[in-house]
Amino acid sequence: MVKVTLQEVTKQFGKTTAVNNISVEIEKGEFIVLLGPSGCGKTTLLRCISGLEKVTSGKILFNEKDVTNLPPKERNISMVFQNYAVWPHLKVKDNIGFPLKIKKSPPQEIETKVKWASEMLGITELLDRYPHQLSGGQRQRVAVARAIVMEPDVLLMDEPLSNLDALLRVKMRSEIKKLQESLKVTTIYVTHDQVEAMTMGDRIAVLRNGKLQQIGGSDEIYHKPANLFVAGFIGSPQMNFIDVELKEADGTLNATTKGLQIPLPEAISVRNTSGYILGIRPEHIYTKESPNTTPISGNIYFVEALRSDTVLHLNTEFGKIVVKIPGDFDAKEGESIKLYIDNSKIHLFEKESEHSIL
Amino acid sequence: MGKEKLKSLLTLFVAGIVSLWFLTPIVFITLSAFATSEDYYNPHYIIPRHYTISHFYKLFFTLGAGNATLISLSVAALTILLSFLLGVPAGYALSRYKFKGKNALKLTILSTRMFPLMILAIPLLIIFMQLGISDTLWGIALAHTTMVLPFVILITSSIFAGVDIAFEEAAMIFGLSRSKAFFKITLPLALPGLAASAIFAFIMSWNEVFVASILTLQNRTLPAQILSTAMDSPDYYKFTAGFIMAVPALVFIFFARRYLISLWGISLK
Amino acid sequence: MRSERSIAPYLLFLPTLIYLAVFLAYPLAKALIMVITPEGGGSYTLANIYAVMNDSTFWEALKNTVLLAAVIIPLQVFLALMLALFVNTKFKGYMTIVYLITIPLALSDVSAALMSYNIFSPEGYINKILLNLGFIKNPIYFFGFNVKSSEFWVIVLTEVWRATPLVFVILLAGLQMISKEYFEAADVFGFSRFQKFIYITLPLLKPSLQSALLLRTLFAFQIFGVVWLLAGRDIPILAGETFYQQTELQQYHIAAVYGFVIALISILISWIYLTFLKSAKEV
Repeated sequence: MVKVTLQEVTKQFGKTTAVNNISVEIEKGEFIVLLGPSGCGKTTLLRCISGLEKVTSGKILFNEKDVTNLPPKERNISMVFQNYAVWPHLKVKDNIGFPLKIKKSPPQEIETKVKWASEMLGITELLDRYPHQLSGGQRQRVAVARAIVMEPDVLLMDEPLSNLDALLRVKMRSEIKKLQESLKVTTIYVTHDQVEAMTMGDRIAVLRNGKLQQIGGSDEIYHKPANLFVAGFIGSPQMNFIDVELKEADGTLNATTKGLQIPLPEAISVRNTSGYILGIRPEHIYTKESPNTTPISGNIYFVEALRSDTVLHLNTEFGKIVVKIPGDFDAKEGESIKLYIDNSKIHLFEKESEHSIL
Repeated sequence: MGKEKLKSLLTLFVAGIVSLWFLTPIVFITLSAFATSEDYYNPHYIIPRHYTISHFYKLFFTLGAGNATLISLSVAALTILLSFLLGVPAGYALSRYKFKGKNALKLTILSTRMFPLMILAIPLLIIFMQLGISDTLWGIALAHTTMVLPFVILITSSIFAGVDIAFEEAAMIFGLSRSKAFFKITLPLALPGLAASAIFAFIMSWNEVFVASILTLQNRTLPAQILSTAMDSPDYYKFTAGFIMAVPALVFIFFARRYLISLWGISLK
Repeated sequence: MRSERSIAPYLLFLPTLIYLAVFLAYPLAKALIMVITPEGGGSYTLANIYAVMNDSTFWEALKNTVLLAAVIIPLQVFLALMLALFVNTKFKGYMTIVYLITIPLALSDVSAALMSYNIFSPEGYINKILLNLGFIKNPIYFFGFNVKSSEFWVIVLTEVWRATPLVFVILLAGLQMISKEYFEAADVFGFSRFQKFIYITLPLLKPSLQSALLLRTLFAFQIFGVVWLLAGRDIPILAGETFYQQTELQQYHIAAVYGFVIALISILISWIYLTFLKSAKEV
């Protein structure tokens, strides 16, 4: 396992910049997730790390070694592709053993390692079959087995679960994570699915339009988003965003708008009084009053009774908001309701720069 | 219920007519190729009663069709070899790379496909005479390659496009260079399509008559020989030769029929 | 798709380009020069072109070629369309019918001509059947200088038999590309079968029809083997005269003129197609 360092990596395709000046240090044995919407550059960045794409500028280092200009086969990496890329004309065991065969490992060693990898993935009884005889999920396991068989320095995964059905996806999430923990191989995992990112990644790097938005553990990303984009991208249902102004009242600075006045918890230096966005997650709005909450009222226009929770969509004086309440909750469309915002959980963003200041 | 029955009866009828329409000429010529001369000329026998393969012997060994057939086969084989050597790399380039001038190149290739080969035959004869290869199978093969090359490029380009590039990239990740990945992964996967293209190239060369007739005098391909001698030859010659012309093409098409259809994008579900 | 700047694609194309330059571009240029130089050398002249234009056989050949095309092509398109529509109903065993229809695609025009001769010759099947059924007393002569018109129609029939499958295959592919949803929507809106054909099938089939038409027209002007074998020079055609001038009269430069006429017509047809008839879809 190696440490992967990206230094100001940029990739341009003609006039488009797909990866914009990204610098990250990935620790040995870390499972890092590149997360972002389609077109954010996460796959391109992965391909640059793999060598399938040449960077336009910047450096990529494995430990101290500069691999920026090395072809993929000399980087000692392996990759799991989104559509698995399991070769149709080779049997499963030959697919898995391929990397070792190219390295000219002795046949006995190949057989042992293939057996080991297939046991890890639970596909030992499929070794003599051809890919077209397997289901999507089985082919995916073959792709993973093939990727681990040569014990690479870095393991790259490009949305490996996106083509599986929901149940299988959940199962494979834990299997892949457990696999990585036992192998301790540095893993870079690309996905657009925030649930995968939050549950699997030691750290998450959020990308947008080729730029790195924030990098950190799931706790930090969720509770301390660095900007509006990260705050809105992570968390379901999405965080509520309300345009506010900052006004002083009773000696404290408040975030204010029509029908809403929330005291800000600490002294923050602000340049203006207007041009701010208040953020509050749906689960931080309660149905019962408690200390350090601000009451609001609204009219319910849609109820999602998920039974595990209840999601209420409300019209208020300050716009539409979404509230998540644990368990069943008796509410009907058209009802008016009084709710309480948790003052300690608010976020404040500068509208123009989109940065978080709270 | 009655309407359904009528519909399927009608379908059967039309299908029958269509089948007869396309099969009859082939059946007829086969019968005539194998019929004894007496039976053929006998006005009372519509379907011949007696069959022989003596026509084939005469055709091949006395009338020189054997030689012509050999030449046709060699020319076709050479044409496939040359057009593939030139066309497969070009087809691969078209399918995998984005590069400046790609569209112009594609258009040029397409337009040569619509070009009448006939106009080339005349200057080619003179050029070949100067090179000393006129009236040889090399000359014909070179001309046929020109005819077949655009076709090979376009078809192989779509065949390679159908092989997911991820297969090559995976091979590159796991230890192969780009060119090795092509030979070990892409080519084997493209082989069925390439084989079908080879068959079509064969048929195009085998059937070509105009250029072959102009370029040769003594070493004629089969169709060239038929063109110059058939109408003055006894009838059995016409039909036996026609049958030989048809057979390899029919056999090959039978084997490549799935690809013939998919080449034009027809699904047979 | 790899879009890095590399010279690889150019290198891969190089052999082809060199080959085409030598065996296509150069002979083409040579042919052009042959058109404007006299037989046996000399300075540029238009004498060859005048000679061809003053030859009544040239005009006859042009007329015949155009006439054949004008008769054959519409017949082929109509038949191919009917066949494609029929087969596309996907009745049981339709695949076999499709394969049968594509048989002539593998045949040379030489084979097709001989098959026609087999059927229409004085000892051919038609005569035999008619004689044995007592409809005629003496065999009908379909071929021969004094029955040019029947030669014409046998040629038309042979060409229709031989080349319709090409149009059929293109049209069938085009038909199958029309999404079923259009027809289902039409069903919901109450279209009759005829209406569906006029308003959905035909417009969406236009690109295929145009491709097929272009291809077939180009080939129709190059018609050779069938005519040469069945009618010889009874019915002069452009390709046939090219061949005759070249091989029998050894008039290479005159033959080049004929070849050029065919090439020019091809360019003209392609230009007409690209300018006026082309829809948004590419060939």
